[in-house]
Amino acid sequence: MAVLTSLAEAITANVGDGDMVALEGFTHLIPFAAGHEIVRQGRQDLTLVRMTPDVLYDQLIGMGVAARLVFSWGGNPGVGSLHRFRDAVEHGWPRPLQLEEHSHAGMANRYVAGASGLPFAVLRGYVGTDLVDHTANVAPLACPFTGERLTAVAALRPDVTVIHAQQADRAGNVQLWGICGVQKEAVLAARRAVVTVEEVVEELQPRPGAIVLPGWVLSAVAEVPGGAQPSYAQDYSTRDNAFYEAWDVISRDRDTFLGWMRTHVLDLVPSTT
Amino acid sequence: MTYSTDEMMTVAAARHLANGEVCFVGIGLPSRAANLARRTHAPGLVLVYESGTIGAKPRSLPLSIGDGELAETADAVVSVPEIFNYWLQAGRMDVGFLGAAQIDRRGDINTTVVGPYAKPTVRLPGAGGAPEIATSCRRVIVIVRQSPRTFVDPLAFRTSVGDRVSTVITDLGELRREPGSEELVLTCLHPGATVEMARAATGWTLLVADDLGETPPPTAVELEALRSLRPAAMALH
Repeated sequence: MAVLTSLAEAITANVGDGDMVALEGFTHLIPFAAGHEIVRQGRQDLTLVRMTPDVLYDQLIGMGVAARLVFSWGGNPGVGSLHRFRDAVEHGWPRPLQLEEHSHAGMANRYVAGASGLPFAVLRGYVGTDLVDHTANVAPLACPFTGERLTAVAALRPDVTVIHAQQADRAGNVQLWGICGVQKEAVLAARRAVVTVEEVVEELQPRPGAIVLPGWVLSAVAEVPGGAQPSYAQDYSTRDNAFYEAWDVISRDRDTFLGWMRTHVLDLVPSTT
Repeated sequence: MTYSTDEMMTVAAARHLANGEVCFVGIGLPSRAANLARRTHAPGLVLVYESGTIGAKPRSLPLSIGDGELAETADAVVSVPEIFNYWLQAGRMDVGFLGAAQIDRRGDINTTVVGPYAKPTVRLPGAGGAPEIATSCRRVIVIVRQSPRTFVDPLAFRTSVGDRVSTVITDLGELRREPGSEELVLTCLHPGATVEMARAATGWTLLVADDLGETPPPTAVELEALRSLRPAAMALH
């Protein structure tokens, strides 16, 4: 059952050292504030999971909180490389980062299997690529009915999934809309789930195409207005594309990066609403 | 009107998309070309982005595949598992439109690493949607600047299989592969480019078609439409 709490308490109670943590969001609704709180609380040795590790994961990796990354595309969308991610993989700074990589379709289906309580999911994919040689969580499979050559991908079961949404009500039911990515599957695949929201409302008004997650599948809900910035929350904010472009410069140099994180993350006190 | 080689490349790529086709669009150069096609000869081109936006009609060029502009102008917004399973894998896409860090003579694509996998000299973003786009769309168009660093054989890593790559558009010209043949062939040069330039920019012995053509230069209409496609963030500066 979801507890309405502060961001700091939600992270303290649900994210532990060494956990497999998925902070999901497909460009939209990326839980930046929650990720920053994980850095402030000094979590270590995390296995970070996400289809599209972008600037938030660049920050987490650059601060050394991750031992391992499970992902399918690591870049700054429309801008270029993630320099902290590259530094970790190419030079082991600030610590080596172990990779397990997939295609988007593979990752999406791994979450579907996790959410479905199945050991694996099936897709047409990976065949003929070098990806199959670099992960144990992909295996060939023959269709039992036709013999077609297919691929099985192992279920993803994060210890905790963290997402950002537009609204929650006081019972902790959550509603999100716009580009919904893989958040529903990531929440249902996880053992625990933390949601930050733009606002807590008296009553959720149904929205076309929205996803509603009942409070009883969530562990904690925290009201964090602007908690997705520089990503965005549709109908609340717009994507700060200029920041994503600026990040390319900030993140190139280790000291510039550390200075930015100190000022904009470490020295900030989290919201306690 | 003067134009850059990148503009020629984008215009040439846009011309390969037909009105009414359904196109699964990668971000960057593919998105720019697909949006140009929709603004010129193919207003009924259906743009599908892996963020789950189907039939997006962006008024300005999105920076990312998940800009709000795509969701707000889409016919439908679906989840990421749904876009890959029900729409892409099920074979509903006419054409896949991809970029590449490196491509080989068979159209196989590397977007994973340069150098050895365990100790790469350049770590690239990885697969993303490309492997399944490359094998699920009826045909695949790749847009990539041609140089000895991008046109390599063998690839350091095969991220996506090129069996369905029909056309590769570069800043120098176009390569095509006839059905049943294995290797890409230079079939067209853009104005100002030469076979020698194309050969020098290719890391294998480039096959050249007997009836090598020249790409018609961009029209004023195409250039004007292309230049009006600015990312929203850029337009604000």
